[in-house]
Amino acid sequence: MHIMEGFLPVPHAAGWTLASAPFLAWGLISLRRRLREQPEQRMLLGVAAAFAFILSALKLPSVTGSSSHPTGLGLGAILFGPLAMLPVSFVILLFQALLLAHGGLTTLGANLFSLGIVGPFVAAGVFRALRGLGASLTLGVFLAAALGDLATYLTTSVQLAWAFPDPVGGFAASFAKFAGIFALTQVPLAIVEGLLTVAIFNGLARFNGEELRRLKLLPGQEARA
Amino acid sequence: MKRTFWIFPVIFLCVALTLWLVPPPPEGEEAFSGADGKAESAITDIAPDYTPWFSPLLEPAGGEVESLLFALQAALGAGVIGYWLGVSVTREKQRRERQSASREGPGGDAD
Repeated sequence: MHIMEGFLPVPHAAGWTLASAPFLAWGLISLRRRLREQPEQRMLLGVAAAFAFILSALKLPSVTGSSSHPTGLGLGAILFGPLAMLPVSFVILLFQALLLAHGGLTTLGANLFSLGIVGPFVAAGVFRALRGLGASLTLGVFLAAALGDLATYLTTSVQLAWAFPDPVGGFAASFAKFAGIFALTQVPLAIVEGLLTVAIFNGLARFNGEELRRLKLLPGQEARA
Repeated sequence: MKRTFWIFPVIFLCVALTLWLVPPPPEGEEAFSGADGKAESAITDIAPDYTPWFSPLLEPAGGEVESLLFALQAALGAGVIGYWLGVSVTREKQRRERQSASREGPGGDAD
């Protein structure tokens, strides 16, 4: 999902930066408030951030013959809501842009939009909707993480297709091309990410049940459900 | 937890096995090149005149250095997860010991 440095025309790069900046500020404020009010959540947040760090560093091969990364942000979005994942994604993207020449400063806004905003919001939305429909916790976590991951890559495809419409087929042809590169490759990786997220969520449910109950992700001791 | 823990080695084995079964790509092509790079060449296909207007400030000196930095990023995350697991297992063990100690006394379950 990394759009390479300089590979978005100036208006697009500026536009996505402007679109992402308020979300980042909002995310920072809400995260700081949360940590001040509930400092005991620091450990959980650390685990969610660390999980994203690991997964986004892994370039996994996929069936299409190319490699791509999972995002790892679904877990944190489920636990803390999508806004809390903005600072985390920002740190990851900045690290990769500055030290790895992966992504870039001019495309940071666009990449933050797909990785830190669309993905986590989709993950949190899917989780809440599925739980509302009575789906099991495992299924909710799995689908939320997998679909959030896919949504990030679809967003990147839209961003690129918008910036580089096909001279003949226009936006649609261009989107098909970029989605073929990104989204198709991502399908098996999204499934892997879903499974890994379920595994770590089960670990959290076992060891940090108290915190998860406070986040209303597990039923409380007095029958709440 | 014990059951789900098996997911990790199983996934690892599946991935490793599939990678062995994949036929090598045609001459001159890299197997499993990054999707980001492929998107870059797709851009050059669609808009041959486009020239990137900014280039990375620092570029890792070669693919090996890049792998090192990616490994460092993953190691950082893995360290934190390992710390959490260690703390959690110890905490649970202590809780269990406390519980069994209090069960021997007259009081019941403390929690």
